[in-house]
Formats: sequence, C-alpha cells, structure tokens
Amino acid sequence: MKAPLIVVGLVLALGPFALTSQSLVNFAMLTVVSAFLGQCWNIAGGFGGLTSFGHTIFFGTGAYTAAILQTRWGLNPWLALPAALVTGSLVGAAIGAAAFRAGLRGSYFALVTLAFAEVFRVLSNSLDFTRGGLGINIPLGMGAGNFQFADRRSTYAVALAFLVLATAAAAWLKRARFGARLAALRENEDAAAALGVNLVRTKTIALALSGGLTALGGVLYAQTYLYVDPAISFGVERSVEMLLVAMIGGAGTVWGPILGAIVLHIIADVSRSWIDTPGFAPMLYGVVLLVIIGLLPRGIIGIWERWRA
Amino acid sequence: MLEVSGLSKRFGGLQAVRDVALKVPPGSITALIGPNGAGKTTTFAMIAGFIRPDSGRVVLDGHDIAGRRPDQIAEAGMVRTFQITQPFAGLTVLENIRLGAFLRSADTSAATAAARAVGLRLGLGPFLDRPAAALTVAGRKRLEVARALATAPRMLLLDEVMAGLNPTEIQEIVAMIRAIRDGGVTVLLIEHIMQAVAALADDVYVLAEGALIAHGPPRAIAHDDRVIEAYLGRGAAAKLGAHA
Repeated sequence: MKAPLIVVGLVLALGPFALTSQSLVNFAMLTVVSAFLGQCWNIAGGFGGLTSFGHTIFFGTGAYTAAILQTRWGLNPWLALPAALVTGSLVGAAIGAAAFRAGLRGSYFALVTLAFAEVFRVLSNSLDFTRGGLGINIPLGMGAGNFQFADRRSTYAVALAFLVLATAAAAWLKRARFGARLAALRENEDAAAALGVNLVRTKTIALALSGGLTALGGVLYAQTYLYVDPAISFGVERSVEMLLVAMIGGAGTVWGPILGAIVLHIIADVSRSWIDTPGFAPMLYGVVLLVIIGLLPRGIIGIWERWRA
Repeated sequence: MLEVSGLSKRFGGLQAVRDVALKVPPGSITALIGPNGAGKTTTFAMIAGFIRPDSGRVVLDGHDIAGRRPDQIAEAGMVRTFQITQPFAGLTVLENIRLGAFLRSADTSAATAAARAVGLRLGLGPFLDRPAAALTVAGRKRLEVARALATAPRMLLLDEVMAGLNPTEIQEIVAMIRAIRDGGVTVLLIEHIMQAVAALADDVYVLAEGALIAHGPPRAIAHDDRVIEAYLGRGAAAKLGAHA
C-alpha cells in the first residue's frame, strides 16, 4: 500500500535532477519551495490552529538576514542559514509572546499577523539599515561556496532538503507530545489548559519553530534572485500562498502542503497557458480555495482519508 | 487535601460568590450542591484556576494555589472536568485521553499505553479509535473523567458529570466515581441533583446565591430547612412540615 506511494514520491523528488529543460526544473523548484513554505505555515497554522495571515514576516526576515549579513558585514552566505533560523525564531517568539499573552486567537490572531507583516514592510521601506525602498542587491559571485548556483537543479536540491527538514518536523509533531498538545489547544483551549497544557508557551514555541524554518526560505530566495526589497519580502501575496497551499492540500496533515503545492502550481501553470492576464492566477487560487472549503474542508488529502475509512 | 477559605468573586454588580470556605479531606468524596445560579461553577472555576478570585485562599496540600494558571494547578495534581463537555472533537477518544497522560510522561508509547488502560477501565474500550465527536452524551461525560484521570491526579474536580444522563447511566457513573475514590483519588463534585449526591458523598456543602448556607452529611442536608427553601422557595419548608 505504502510502497508505490514512496516510489512515486522518490521519482517526483529526484526526477528534476535528470531534466535538462530549465523551465521544467524551474517549475519543480518553485513547487518545492512553495511546498516547503506551506509546510512551515502548517506547523503553526495547521497543527496548532494558529492561522497566520502574515507568515511572510518570517520569509522576509530570512531574506533580509541573508542580504544584510553579506552586504554589511561581508559574511559567507551559508552562515545566513543558521542566522535566519535564529532571527526567524526570535521574531516568531516575539510576535507569539505578545499575541498569545493578550489571548488573541482565530481571526484576531490572523489580523494581528497581517498587521505585523505590514509594519515590517513599512519599516523595511523606510529604514536606512534595510536600504529602504531601494532594496538590497547581493553582489554576483556564482559558486557553491558562495551559495549562488548557476544551475537551477542545485537550487532545487537545497529547496528539497528544506522541504524534507520541514516535513520531518511535521512528522515529528504528529508523533510527539508537543504536537499532541498543539492539536489539543487547536481543538479546545480550555480543555487543554485543564489537562496541564501551558497555552502561551506551547503556542509561542510553535510559532518560533515555524518562523525559524520559514526564514530559511527567505535565505534561499535571496541567494537565488540576489535581490530583496520590502514588497518581495513582506508583501501579502506570499502569506496567502503559504496558507493556501496548506489548506488546499490539508492543514494539520504531514503530506497536505506538498500535495497542495503540486496541485496549485499545476493549476497556475496550466491556467497561464490559457489566459495570460496578470492577476488571473490569484483569482483562480481564490476559486480553488472556495471549492476546497465548500467541498473538502479537510483538503485534498481528505479524499484519501474518506476513501480509506 | 484541599482547603478553601474566604473565596469571593464579583462580576460587575453581581456578587457571584461570597466568602466561601470548604474543606475536602484526603480520600473523601465531597459535594458542592445548590440551585441553578448559586455560584457552584464559578467557585469551581476559581479553585481550578480558570477565574481569578477577588479574594480568598485555595490551599492544595499546604500550598496556596489561588491565582495560578489551570495548567500549573493540573501539574500540581488537581484536575477539573467541564459541565458542558469539551472534547477535542477532531481527535480520537484515545488521543483525547492521551493528552491527559502526556502530563506525566513525554514518551508517546508510554502515554498511549496509560491512556488505553484508563479508557478500558472507564468503559470506553470500544470507542478508543473513534472520533470524540461521535460519542453520546454519557460517553462524553466519561471521556471528560477519563482524560482528567489520565493525568494521574490526586484530586479530581467533577462538574455535574451526571447532568443529562438517564437513571441507568447515573448508576453507572456513581459506581465509577466510587471506584475512582477507592483508587486513591480525592473527589470534589458539583451536582444539581440531590439524590445522586446523597448516594455518593461523605460530606455536602450547599451554596445559594453565592454563599454557603449549610454543611454536613447528606442525610442531614436533605432535611435542612434552609436547603429546602433554597431549592423550592421561601416558606416551602414550613409547607412541607405542615403536610408531614
């Protein structure tokens, strides 16, 4: 039962290394990055019900961490990975501590994260430290030692490694006490507290974990496109895509975000070949989300669950 | 085991609970009864840390725990259930119980085994792998107790576990609570139904309009004029006396 799925998964994951078409490799890379970011959102939003609408805060934090470390202090970009893990977690912990201490949840938490993302965008747009609206150019210097790859397949490999890492974290949540506590407080906060779950601490750690991982995605972006600016880093579109990928696939499940990313990117690509109007893809995303919420509240993975039950 | 004194809570213009004091000896089943709106659930919520009391002490095993968070109180060995059952609806019955077991063990397989044992003991065996949302009212009440019990508490606070059950189910749950006490857990329970309490409690406190009006063994309480009036209205005791 499981063996064929594993084979399909391996073929899909390793296939792009054998491809020579740059556009196909690019498609695979974007899909994997999107799956990774969705999985990061899923860790807080899916497992813990911390439905963030501003997860790009962490992505942008990671991107700026990478850009600033190199351009201001001349550090090797590989160091940006551990650094972004730290900055992303810290930002997550700070926002979590503030929001959860105040007892914000559900749509209030969603609004607060949306507002924080906007604050980050405005700040990065006006501060000298982030070079304001000009953004930061990362000097070209191709080479693996410099974390800049001429071949998209190398970028794909890094993204795949990130996806494996985030999915391993999700699988761990599914099994471990921490994940059980997250799921419990998602379902019912009072009951979880009565049974000994420290709500503020558990939620804050979840957001910090999710934030730290998400920031890795920002580093990869910065190293791939060699440019970051406020809109790229803290624009609302990326936040929406992250939660969309998780919810379409199945929030709170280990494989949902991966499935969601594949489906969403195929839809986006196909639709682009039909209608090349800018803004058509996001509109289509909205339709897909409505259909999913209406027909499959547990996401695409819900079909599989229903079929198995 | 548990000693409450001077517990008060005001909500705006309403004095919900006034100067409540009660003592729960170790190994006992103590009941807190009273008509609707008497302040039972508020008292309970203050003891369990869900509502911060305006004043008063809640002493568990010699430590004042008033004002602590619910999770800290659970950690200290006292766990409550909810009158309106609060299952983790999307999780299975076993996962629900396991969350309680996770308080004492970080190991998933150990916690699962402990949760399974508690579930079997409380008669939830056939439902362990079903979603909690699929349970009947009686099943949900059992699940409330099972989850709390899985935290290996020394003291259990049961909030109207018999409300909404039929007589057979009440008998079953009375036997279950006795077995829990015999297993070494001290029990404080809130009930609205006096008959159920009479069969179960060693000691009864009666709350009306936020204040304690009577305290004693169940037999004496059932004949206390103040209690009868609190439940049936002013003058009821005299009328009943005249008929007798």
